[in-house]
Amino acid sequence: MAEDVLILGNKRFSSRLFTGTGKFASKTLIAPMLAASGSQMITVALRRVDPTADQGNILAHIPETVTLLPNTSGARTADEAVRIARIARAAGCGDFIKIEVITDMQYLMPDNHETLRATRILAKEGFVVLPYVMPDITITQQLYDAGAGAVMPLGSPIGSNRGLEMRAMIQRIIEVSKLPVVVDAGIGRPSQAADAMEMGADAVLVNTAIATSEDPCLAGKAFSLAVIAGRMAFLATLAGTRKGAAASSPLTGFLRE
Amino acid sequence: MRINLNGSPVETTSRSLSDLVAEQGVNFSSLIVEYNYEVVKQASWNDIHIKDNDTIELLNFVGGG
Repeated sequence: MAEDVLILGNKRFSSRLFTGTGKFASKTLIAPMLAASGSQMITVALRRVDPTADQGNILAHIPETVTLLPNTSGARTADEAVRIARIARAAGCGDFIKIEVITDMQYLMPDNHETLRATRILAKEGFVVLPYVMPDITITQQLYDAGAGAVMPLGSPIGSNRGLEMRAMIQRIIEVSKLPVVVDAGIGRPSQAADAMEMGADAVLVNTAIATSEDPCLAGKAFSLAVIAGRMAFLATLAGTRKGAAASSPLTGFLRE
Repeated sequence: MRINLNGSPVETTSRSLSDLVAEQGVNFSSLIVEYNYEVVKQASWNDIHIKDNDTIELLNFVGGG
């Protein structure tokens, strides 16, 4: 197979599994997970310091070869997301930003309108904007026009491990999107990651399922293999289904008569 | 002097950002300081003199998805 890379901004990714740093039992599991999974992009979040908590530096656990994807979690408006993005870049985290604007605290569904607004502003400032959105064809086109680097529709609610509840909409987005499609949130099993990739997603972002497994390195590896398998199956253009059987062996020359 | 620190009003005797970071007892190896909505690099913390009503955020990166 020819080299199959995903280009986002000015970076080339041979791994189509993006990961996250949330919820690990120990930060020391992050670097081995990255090594085991081969993931080349990982999310981090920005927060006020808590002098009473462990103040270990999360960035110290991420190899320099891995692209940082700061998220704007905690933002309730486009303006708050823009502020977080600018801080992350000024702090040396690079140009990549995952826009996450949420006011729905029950299901953590993103606010597509505010996300689009933040994308417009940040793309003009040279950020590689990866917006986390409710799967919607109109927003996908609007994000393209706004200069986004990709579109990241959710599979199911963040941290729910429910897989591709939005499957049909994601499929349509993959069909029409001029932007790379990264399925983000809710992917709980490697088979679901493979499913997204078979459908033609360009990448998946998996955090909770890897971080909260009993062995994040092994889970990271499993997701990585699933993503590779799904991608290969997509590139191979699998045959369609049919109602009845179609014999795999010749229906002539039987020995029985 | 009264400043707005991480969203709360705080009384401080710190004169510079360096003093404030020391006063707050936070680990500064990975600290990000936003002073009146502008990020200030660690090398310049000593040069920023805190004034009444300044808005200062002490931030860091944490695990997140």
